[in-house]
Amino acid sequence: MTNIKMHVLVCGGTGCTSSRSMEIVDALRAEIKAQGLADEVKVVIAGCFGFCEKGPIVKISPDNTFYVQVTPEDAKEIVAEHIVKGRKVSRLLYVDPKTTEHISDSKHMDFYKKQLRIALRNCGFIDPENIGEYIARDGYMALGKAIFEMSPKQVVDEVKKSGLRGRGGGGFPTGLKWEIAASYKADQKYVICNADEGDPGAFMDRSVLEGDPHSIIEAMAICGYAIGASKGVVYIRAEYPLAVERLQKAIVAARETGLLGNNILGSDFSFDIDMYYGAGAFVCGEETALIRSLQSERGEPTSKPPFPAESGFWGKPSNVNNVETFANIPVILLKGADWFASIGTAKSKGTKVFALAGKVNNVGLVEVPMGTTLREVIFDIGGGIRNGKKFKAAQTGGPSGGCLTEKFLDTPIDFDNLIAAGSMMGSGGMIVLDEDDCMVNVAKFYLGFTVEESCGKCTPCRVGNKRMLEMLEKISAGKATEKDLSRLRELATIIKDTSLCGLGQTAPNPVLSTLDNFYDEYLAHVRDKRCPAGKCKSLMQYVIDPAKCKGCTMCAKVCPAGAIAGKVKEPHVISQEKCVKCGACFATCKFGAISKR
Amino acid sequence: MSGCCDGNVERYKELQTYIDGLPEKKGRLIGVLHKAQGIFGYLPREVQEFIAAALGLPVAKVYGVVKFYSFFTMLPKGKFPISVCLGTACYVRGADDIVAELEKLLGITVGQVTPDGVFSLDTLRCVGACGLAPVMIVAGHVYGRMKPADVAGIIGEYRKKAQASGQEKTCEGVCCHG
Ligand SMILES: Cc1cc2nc3c(=O)[nH]c(=O)nc-3n(C[C@H](O)[C@H](O)[C@H](O)COP(=O)(O)O)c2cc1C
Ligand code: SF4
Ligand code: SF4
Ligand code: FES
Repeated sequence: MTNIKMHVLVCGGTGCTSSRSMEIVDALRAEIKAQGLADEVKVVIAGCFGFCEKGPIVKISPDNTFYVQVTPEDAKEIVAEHIVKGRKVSRLLYVDPKTTEHISDSKHMDFYKKQLRIALRNCGFIDPENIGEYIARDGYMALGKAIFEMSPKQVVDEVKKSGLRGRGGGGFPTGLKWEIAASYKADQKYVICNADEGDPGAFMDRSVLEGDPHSIIEAMAICGYAIGASKGVVYIRAEYPLAVERLQKAIVAARETGLLGNNILGSDFSFDIDMYYGAGAFVCGEETALIRSLQSERGEPTSKPPFPAESGFWGKPSNVNNVETFANIPVILLKGADWFASIGTAKSKGTKVFALAGKVNNVGLVEVPMGTTLREVIFDIGGGIRNGKKFKAAQTGGPSGGCLTEKFLDTPIDFDNLIAAGSMMGSGGMIVLDEDDCMVNVAKFYLGFTVEESCGKCTPCRVGNKRMLEMLEKISAGKATEKDLSRLRELATIIKDTSLCGLGQTAPNPVLSTLDNFYDEYLAHVRDKRCPAGKCKSLMQYVIDPAKCKGCTMCAKVCPAGAIAGKVKEPHVISQEKCVKCGACFATCKFGAISKR
Repeated sequence: MSGCCDGNVERYKELQTYIDGLPEKKGRLIGVLHKAQGIFGYLPREVQEFIAAALGLPVAKVYGVVKFYSFFTMLPKGKFPISVCLGTACYVRGADDIVAELEKLLGITVGQVTPDGVFSLDTLRCVGACGLAPVMIVAGHVYGRMKPADVAGIIGEYRKKAQASGQEKTCEGVCCHG
């Protein structure tokens, strides 16, 4: 253990393990052993590096070499060349798309340059299954500081002073929440970590749990100390098996090290954590529904007040925070509230992690200071739009949010600016859309999601959203009138005003936001019976350009509906009556003669 | 394994042992259902009744919870369960075309199992591999950057596997109590 000269970090996040990164680990280990270097070179399965687009990632320290799109077959060369001879394998280095230069060090990649990693500080740097590595990077020092140098009230005050706001969507000031929970007297209180991450297309909480589980354990214990709770509960999605496993192991390791359990670090503070699994219901991310689910009931929200801080899990005062919110806590205590508050904008402090995905070149996890602009995130870090297409909108806030168009590209991102722009921060999903995306279709996608996930407890949400979805379906089928558009807006407003919980109250947002920003596109569907992006299948036609068609007959062969007619070597024609719009011919034609209209 | 019922006795025994090991029974239903689905693969009526009795709950309450959470299923999955991610990132990169292709090739719709029991088709929301969008999972194996044209080949491979192992028949059903 003492002679380790080099660390080879392999991404063990979900994206990279899906691309065989564990086989890379095995291959590297075997090769290193074969070279007799097992005592000097250590292969570490690390958390997500964030640059998922180019995964699997292998990073070598101390020289910080960053290899992308590595395969198990590359292991031999990495070991023989880089590790043994000290020569970097240039074909595996990241190539800057602008300069076409090979970049060997992640610090010089555009993807990382503008990022500031606080919540993700350890992801991709440490072995998440080794508590020693967390401790070596100042892990559990904040907990020690809180217990031995600060009173619970001082901890609350420090968090308040930092200006940290909840990262789960609501943006509620965390310190204030802790203060309220601390103010109630009870024989038992609970610290609850919301790891339900329901936004489809967001994966930052999962990456923190997979890459740095101890930071959450430490933060929950600090919260327990601050509010006077001895029990912690993590509500985690069962669909995240790797995160579940890593957190479980981390809890056991923390117990064995005396960092959880009775008399932590020899003090008189005791705290332990239990894990509970979600079961695929988005509404359970809402805190009152989450608590019902923790109690093994149907996850239907209850009206607030009482807030969980007063009456939560089993009726006891409970403080609910999101994973990313917790991930910031240890750093705030160690580096100080003033340091944290110096980052960000006037009312949104610190950083935000975004799961950048969709039609952007660099899909991945991005952590930037609050106040960074959308343009910096999408074009500088994200590398712009795929395939040279045109940017259309960025969707933030998931099913509760809205879309941000070109005119907001230079707006500094923070809680308040996004709301003013008609969207919201949400939990951090950011989906980039290009000119090929139909906004009616996008609105339909989100509303379809909320309709499926509505718990059905109250009528506006259960019935109203369904009606809205039907109207959107009518629009995309070309059967709606302009009057339907105004009825859609009217219904949306009623649902927002009368639903019980956040799910129903925010469900119409994607519809309203697209109506506001892309009214012309709705009109095209309604008036001209045309989908400008060519997405809405019933409005779309496949046509063959006679000038380009060589009469190869391929399309007629693949057409399942027998809609294509024509003689060999003569231009073919598609019968619009028979066409089922499967797109098989479009995908088959080698001469680009078929187009969507 | 000598007969199909022996397997089930073992399964019920495993579930009972898990329930007996719980520190308290209050508020543990969802955890028990997770365990049971892990053991049996799905949650048929018999298993729900068994759990209700073991935890001292009305069967209606167990059923109500099972129906509420989409993770729980009352139908057995295929030998090779297929799920397609319909999270936003996958959706905007064409996941619905993958679903359509699968439905066409398998002759079933989402939520169904092929008559031979080899494949079942489901959708899920964001598996956290958005960089690989669109994503399809077959029997735990993740296939990324899918195109509709790739589907047939992958299905074909699993068909071959199913045929190869088709001879030895195992009891997957839950035919009797333990
Ligand atoms: C429908 C709905 C879904 C939600 N889903 C999540 C979620 O997946 N994760 C989360 O942390 N918060 C979610 N929230 C917000 C929680 O109710 C709660 O505000 C949050 O966990 C508080 O933590 P924070 O203050 O640290 O953000 C959701 C809210 C609603 C209304
Ligand atoms: S708004 Fe929708 S999800 Fe929320 S309580 Fe009402 S029906 Fe349930
Ligand atoms: S595949 Fe293309 S070139 Fe061939 S017949 Fe069809 S349209 Fe013409
Ligand atoms: S949306 Fe499919 S993996 Fe995230």
